[in-house]
Amino acid sequence: MKEVILIKLGEIVLKGLNRKNFEDRLIKSLRRRLHKLGSYQVRASQSTITVTPMDDDADMDEAADCVSKVFGIAAFSRACVAEKDIESIKQAAGIYLRERFEEAKSFKVESKRSDKKFPLTSPEISREVGTYLADMYPDVAVDVHNPDAVVTVEIRDTAAYIHCGVIRGAGGIPVGTGGKAAILISGGIDSPVAAYMMAKRGVELTAIHFASPPYTSVRAEEKVAELLRRVSAYSGRLNMYTVPFTKLQEEIRDKCHEEYFTIIMRRFMMMIAQQIAAQNECQALITGESLGQVASQTIGAIACTDEVCTMPVFRPLIGMDKEEIIEISRKIDTFEVSIQPYEDCCTVFTPKHPRTRPVLKNVIAEQKKIDYLPLIEEAVKNARLTEL
Amino acid sequence: MNEIYLDNSATTRTSDSAAAKAVQIMTQLYGNPSSLHSKGLEAEHELKKAREIVASSIGAAPGEIYFTSGGTEANNTAVFGAAKALCRRGKRIVTTAIEHSSVIESMQQLEREGFEVIYLTPDKSGRINPDDIKAAVNSDTILVSIMLVNNETGAVQPVETAASAIKRSSSPALLHVDAVQAYLKMPFTTKKLKADLISVSGHKIHGPKGVGALYVRRGVRILPLHYGGEQQEKLRPGTEPLPLICAMAQAVSEYPTGSADNNYIHTLNAHCRRLLSETDGIVINSDESCSDYIINFSAPGLRSETLLHYLEQYGIYVSSGSACAKGHKSHVLSAMGLDSALIDSAVRVSFSHENTMENIDYFINKLETGLHTLARSK
Repeated sequence: MKEVILIKLGEIVLKGLNRKNFEDRLIKSLRRRLHKLGSYQVRASQSTITVTPMDDDADMDEAADCVSKVFGIAAFSRACVAEKDIESIKQAAGIYLRERFEEAKSFKVESKRSDKKFPLTSPEISREVGTYLADMYPDVAVDVHNPDAVVTVEIRDTAAYIHCGVIRGAGGIPVGTGGKAAILISGGIDSPVAAYMMAKRGVELTAIHFASPPYTSVRAEEKVAELLRRVSAYSGRLNMYTVPFTKLQEEIRDKCHEEYFTIIMRRFMMMIAQQIAAQNECQALITGESLGQVASQTIGAIACTDEVCTMPVFRPLIGMDKEEIIEISRKIDTFEVSIQPYEDCCTVFTPKHPRTRPVLKNVIAEQKKIDYLPLIEEAVKNARLTEL
Repeated sequence: MNEIYLDNSATTRTSDSAAAKAVQIMTQLYGNPSSLHSKGLEAEHELKKAREIVASSIGAAPGEIYFTSGGTEANNTAVFGAAKALCRRGKRIVTTAIEHSSVIESMQQLEREGFEVIYLTPDKSGRINPDDIKAAVNSDTILVSIMLVNNETGAVQPVETAASAIKRSSSPALLHVDAVQAYLKMPFTTKKLKADLISVSGHKIHGPKGVGALYVRRGVRILPLHYGGEQQEKLRPGTEPLPLICAMAQAVSEYPTGSADNNYIHTLNAHCRRLLSETDGIVINSDESCSDYIINFSAPGLRSETLLHYLEQYGIYVSSGSACAKGHKSHVLSAMGLDSALIDSAVRVSFSHENTMENIDYFINKLETGLHTLARSK
């Protein structure tokens, strides 16, 4: 028995004239990701994308898991394919639904007939298949009002499909339709979630990580790489730039007043990130900041940081609570990695009493104590690219 | 780049002959010691030889040695095995706050199961006061577990007191000694320790990882953690990992334990200690009564991890007494009541016979450079 995945498009259908573009992107990313699992055919017709395995031993659980992480999909179903005659449909349904019916107490059948040449009407199909299933599984009662299992029979142009239950997709819009942006990632809980959220809005990602050896370790960098690998299950392939940041941090530490350490550091990070982003055709930066979470994430501090930015800075977590962020990080499977305790460059030299309401004029005056431009240039030049 | 490995309390390099022994067992004498045929018999002979070597290294009888997967399993077996065997005779257990996590976390589990555990705290030098042991052991006590040498500071614990305290209290208590850091590095025998259970490990003495042993005094009965086979009198069933066991025995048999050898480590220690004490900004946390193999020191203002990564750039490998700012603070140094500035910056160096005086000089040289160039947090 052949199993396929039927994908219902999400927001894409609202895109009017751009719809084709969005659909093509989605099909492309589905193909690219399913390709890693084996040979699958991905085709769109009648506002549904169908994923068909080309190998008999395809692992459809794995394929469904993969599909569930692709943005631009509102919902999908796993369905079995049958010949377009009622006897084949009944038999296929009987076998395909065995597992589901062993758990269910009641069911009903719904039918959709987009191929109007099929000899039976939708209610007739439902009745036929319902009677057959009721005979085959006498322990499962028919209940049209509140059934445990809703069996759907779809008669399409190419074949008949039987499925039982719709699985929620990742939502959002296909990655690549939203342009390109660079995520600043430290290794904490927030930045992978921010990356995930922007990918969900169709943004293709490049990652920028700041490393300060020997204050930070190789393990911290490996941790970030692992986080990005997990994010890439949603965002698709992404690259990481590791920026050597030690010299700049030591300079700030030596020359600037302690309470401005974090804010000046973040300004330098933005300057560096912006240059790397531009080199990679990114049009925006992304950070995992949430308002008021720490001293550098107050309105005043963010304003002072963004003063150096010419690109827009997206902060998708800005209005979220830590608990909400953690919930998403658990969902996308980054939480366990994020909480591994390695020093990251943001916690090196953290001042005891940072400025929560920095005055821009003073920040700039402090920053001028460093001849930072050559150091920034050097950091950008020595950024190391890792393909994940 | 030269490799200067000063983290021998974490693990040691497996000696060439120990590794060769493991290969020989894996590829030639690969029989199962329990098999009846001659292939099994030759393996059994190897096992017997290995057991004799390990037994005699602590003055035990071969029948008193049970091979485990390492120090952690030996400690777990001792603690749970004793608690389960004696649970009807009392619920009180005495241990210290500076034990290895394989003892501490086993104790915490026993607390959840209804045992009462007393954690003795050390003084500033990292030593448990013998009087505290005497006071803590009463007639309800069923187990006393104290390490011989602390793994973070090298502080030597007054284990002998525990044996006499148990005697005086007329309790049924067993005495377990975690001797993983002391094994072959500080001369002891089962007779001298008067312990019922002693844990040792292979990879701290140039043997392989994955093997250790638990000494169980003849006549002492503890319950096993694992079930399923006749091996090792059912206390530790499962096919014996002969390559690891024989490699450990090889490492034991060649470990330099003569007085000249001990003097060598003492000389390394004294040299390092003198140079450290002459270095500005260094506080030594291990006093001179500690094991010669371990020196714990702090460089207040520099996080342990920073100094560790700085030194590794020059091929010098040390251990951070404490993890990074986000990690847990060392429970040992905390129990000693050290300032958090000392705990956050603690570093441990631990020696082996493979280290040289030049290694120490180079290490101190780089340490001094690091102290000058690394930026400190205020």
